[in-house]
Order: sequence, then structure tokens, then C-alpha cells
Amino acid sequence: MTSTLTPVRSKRSALTKGQLPKYAPYAVLGGALIVGAAILALIGFNPFGWGLVSAILFAVGLVSWSAAVEGARRAKDKLATCLVIGSFLVALLPLVSVIWTVLVNGIPGLIDPGFLTTSMNGVTGAFDNKAVESGAPVMGGIYHALLGTVQITLLATVISVPVGLLTAIYLVEYGNDGRLAKAITFFVDVMTGIPSIVAGLFAAAFFFVVVGPGTKTGAVAAVALSVLMIPVVVRSSEEMLKIVPNELREAAYALGVRKWRTVLKVVIPTAISGIASGVTLAIARVIGETAPILVTAGFATSINSNVFGGWMASLPTFIYTQILNPTSPSNPDPSSQRAWGAALVLIILVMVLNLVARLIARIFAPKTGR
Amino acid sequence: MTATSLTSTQGAGRAGDKVFSGATLAAGCLILAVLFGVALFLVVQAIPALTAPADKIQGGQGFFAYIWPIVIGTLIAAAIALVIATPVAIGVALFISHFAPRRLASGLGYVVDLLAAIPSVVYGAWGAAFLAKEISPAYGWLAANMGWLPIFQGPASTTGKTILTAGIVLAVMVLPIITSLSREIFLQTPKLHEEAALALGATRWEMIKMAVLPFARPGIISAIMLGLGRALGETMAVALVLSSGALTASLIQSGNQTIAAEIALNFPEASGLKVSTLIAAGLVLFVITLAVNMIARWVITRHKEFSGAN
Repeated sequence: MTSTLTPVRSKRSALTKGQLPKYAPYAVLGGALIVGAAILALIGFNPFGWGLVSAILFAVGLVSWSAAVEGARRAKDKLATCLVIGSFLVALLPLVSVIWTVLVNGIPGLIDPGFLTTSMNGVTGAFDNKAVESGAPVMGGIYHALLGTVQITLLATVISVPVGLLTAIYLVEYGNDGRLAKAITFFVDVMTGIPSIVAGLFAAAFFFVVVGPGTKTGAVAAVALSVLMIPVVVRSSEEMLKIVPNELREAAYALGVRKWRTVLKVVIPTAISGIASGVTLAIARVIGETAPILVTAGFATSINSNVFGGWMASLPTFIYTQILNPTSPSNPDPSSQRAWGAALVLIILVMVLNLVARLIARIFAPKTGR
Repeated sequence: MTATSLTSTQGAGRAGDKVFSGATLAAGCLILAVLFGVALFLVVQAIPALTAPADKIQGGQGFFAYIWPIVIGTLIAAAIALVIATPVAIGVALFISHFAPRRLASGLGYVVDLLAAIPSVVYGAWGAAFLAKEISPAYGWLAANMGWLPIFQGPASTTGKTILTAGIVLAVMVLPIITSLSREIFLQTPKLHEEAALALGATRWEMIKMAVLPFARPGIISAIMLGLGRALGETMAVALVLSSGALTASLIQSGNQTIAAEIALNFPEASGLKVSTLIAAGLVLFVITLAVNMIARWVITRHKEFSGAN
């Protein structure tokens, strides 16, 4: 009976009793930052350590305060929240660090005159030694590697897209969830997990048997990349074909249109935006592959525009060899400058492809009226 | 006029149907053939190494003595990567699916996907040039204070180019894979289960523990397996970061080697029997990753059948 007589004011406080005030996380964060700075000042300040110590102090402070006021269950909840947010921040660290490292190291290489328009043909260690000793401009560029990357990737796309798309059509339109369709789906998934270097070895072994031992050309690399690319194309196209409404197919059949014309004229045009963006993402995935090209196309220092003959350079293998075997072993700096410049170009390429994929998906999306 | 004669009036149309369905069937079979071909050609090229006398193989003690240290090295590197990446990846996935504000969630997911977009050779370069240098003081500390553990036995590498560094770089590379798969599974948790838990007074963490994680367990396991497959086969991170050597238990000394890096470092200059040996090593790697991936896919399909999700 007394409860009905209790004034409204104290009722509210009874409901919010045993809860931390709303400002609690901010107060603890402020305290943690200050105490963290103080601790770091004693042992030598660095921003990374400050962030780490403050984060630990924040978690400990908030959880113990919560345990004192709210009880063990709420405290556990707070701890879990801190850990989850913390893991997200931890995951961001390498991303920021990688992009920062590539930008800082890559820009000097990229703005070097002739970096994008010359090859490494004739660039020897002597030039690099001179560049380090007398400050002469760093010679050499990535033109041959850029050309090789574009050609190999293009050929791989030409091989993968028809095969991948036709397989996706089979799975969605003709497979009827039969045993063969199930097997193909399963093995496509398994193929997604083939290590890239094994794909390279397969292409190498295949051409060793068919053409002759030691065959290393851009085309072999393209076959290797196709092995990696086909499953990606199949999966993304399959998803896109599946979401084409069945009413469209049935309407076409009802008008007496043949199945193959229905697929070509109705189903694929409806799904084309998704398919195109999937293909672009697949290209973005294989354009950065190093290992398969390394074992199939070798590495050239001069321009080779023939995919079917001779060793061929590519951006990833260029980065790899410039770091591992600098042009001038005594002065590796010009080589690493070129490598970082190439890495920056490669990252820009991949990011642009990712962006293009998103744009395609958005701009050419079918107008479903939903 | 019957239905058959209605549709049979266009001879060209029927032929088109046959050609088209035939082409799609052929493409599907081609994929199976390629996978079969991968195994076949690797075996054909590997046979000389497997049958060669023991003293002809690198190391002079036969193929088995050559392959087992690098198999162990591969497993060590992948294990380090998974131990580091799994908790972080599950945390990130939970953050995106259940903790982040709804409006930010998809954007944050895209940020994590960016990690997957960066080419592996760039990770390798980053690991070799930045991470190894920054982390080597920590190895010195580990050797001084935790040196009684065999895995942290000193003297620590001063360049930081150790299997632990390679494992950390691998962890960064498998993180987006585990994250994106777990995130999908977490988002599929039946809303009613979650809301029932919350309505009974569970805190958010208790709800996740009681409703989300039990539902997602098979999915998480297969995500980890797929991450393992990637970590086992990843080449560049290890080839560039690790200064390789004989098999050692200590993670903070230079030494150890993985199959993929061994192939990448030696294949371009290899000839004769050495090529066969490396292809045989690739075959071993293929079999290991194939087994891991097939188990992962099997877990996923089994999960699909009884969960009612999807």
C-alpha cells in the first residue's frame, strides 16, 4: 500500500537505481586517456602505447565501476561490449598501417619522371648506385609490368567469363538441382579454396606436358588466373541469376519464346548489372595475384607484348622481385622505391575496380519498381 | 494442332535450345575436368620426384625428409594466423551484426572487406618493411622474459623476419574471410530467438551467448576452416616476410619454411628433378587444402539442411 503513496520522483529513482549514469562511459574514457598519458609520460611517450594503455584502463575502469553499481551480469555485458569494439579497432590497425605505408613509400616512386612510361630494360645496378651516390633520378619504370598485368588479366577474363557464366546458367536454368548440378556447386566451392600457387603449378604442369618443358608465357599465367577466377564468376553470376523473378521467365514461356532465347533476352539482361559487378570484383581479385604468375610467366625486364611467347612481367611479380632481388644489391633503396611505387599503382587499380563494381551494380540495376 | 507441333514449327529454335543447353552443360563439365586436371597434371609431373632415388632429391634423404619440415612449417604459420585472427574476426563480425549502429553497419562491413581487397604481395611488402622492424623489440622482450617457453626461446631475431611475423601477416589476410562469413551467419540468427532472450531480461551479451553463438557455431567452424585453407596456401606474405631455414620450435628466431613460399622462392630458377620435387610439394599442399575446404563445405551444407536458415 505504501508504494501507491510514494511520490513520482522517488519512483523514477527506484527504476534507474543500480544503473550507471549516462555520462559514465565518457567520464571513464576521459579518465583513462589522462591516466594513460601520465603512465606513458613516465616510460616514454608514443601514440600507439597511449592508445593501448588507455583502452585497457577504460575497459577495466568501466567494468569494475559497473560491477560495483550494477552487479556481475551487467559488468559482464560491458566487458563483452568493450572486447567487441576493441577487436574492431584492432582490425582497423593493419588496414590503416598498410595504406599509410604504401602511400608514404609509394608516392616518391610514382612521381618519378618516366615511372609509368619506361621499362626496366637496360637499367642496371650501376644506375641505381649513381642515383644513391650522386642523387641522380632513379631510372626505370613499370611500363612493361603494367602492360603485362593488363594483358594477362584481360586474357584470363576472356577465358573465365564465358565458362563461368555458362556454368552459372546451367546451374540455375538447366541443372534442376540434379546430381551433376550439386557436384558442380560443391566443386566450385572447393575450387574457391585452391591455393593460388597450386593453380600456377597446375597451369605450368599442363603446359609442360602439352607444349614442352619450361614453357613460360603470359598465356600460361592467364590459364592459371582463370582457374582462380572461374569459381568467383560462377558464384556471383549464380547468385544474380537466382534472384531474377520467375514471373519473367514464365511470361516469356507463355509468349512461346524458346528457353535459350528467354535466357539470353530476358534473364541475363535483367541480371546483367550484378553479373558485371561480380566479374569486375573477380578481376580485382586476380589482378593482385603474385604466386601463380611467378611460376608461369617468369619475370621480364623489357617490354613484351606477345602473350603467347616469352617471359612476361606483371605488377605483382615486379614488386616481388624488386624487393627480394634488388637491381643493385649494394644499394637496394632505388629498387624498393620502385617496388612501393608499383604497389601504390596496384592498390589504386584494385580500389578503382572495386569502386567500378559498386557503381555498375548501382547504375545498371534493373528497375524492378520495388 | 497439338502442343508438340506448335513448338516444332521453328526448327532453328529447337536447334538453338539444344546448342545452348549443351554449351552450358559443357561449361559445367569443364570445371569438373579442370579440377580433375589440376590433380592429374600435378601427379604426372610429380611422379619423377616421388620415384627418384633418395640421394637425388634436395637434402639427399628422399622426398619425405624434404617435405615434412615444410609441412610442419606450413601448419605452424597457419595455426598462428588462426589463433590471432579467430577471436578478432568473431569480435568484428559481432560488432558489425549486433553492436554497431544499424546505419553504420554496412559501411563498416565494407571497410573490413577492403582488407580482403589489398593484394597479398602488398601485405608481404608491408610485413617485411614495416611490421618486422616494428615488432622485433617485442621479440627481444619475449626472449628475455618468456624464454623458458620453447616457442619463445632466444636469441630473438633482430630483423623480426620470423615465422611469428609471417603468422601475424597471415592473420591479417584471413581476418576478412572469417569476418564476412561469420557476419552472414550472425545476421541469420532467428530474430524471434534474440527478442525472446531480451524479453526475458537477458543483457545483450547474454542474448548473444544464448541465442546467436549456439545458432552460429557450425557456421563459425566452417568460416575458420576456410580461413585455414587460405592461410595454408598463402604464398607471398611468407615468401617476403620470413627469412627461412631449418625447422625450429622457436617462433621468434629465423627459420622454418612453408610449402607455398618454398615453391615460390625456388620454382623460377628450378630445372629437371627440382621442378618435379616442387610440383610434388604443391600436390601435397593441394591435398591438404582440398581436405580442409571439403570438410568446411560439408559442415556448411549439413548446417543448411537442418537449420532452416538461408
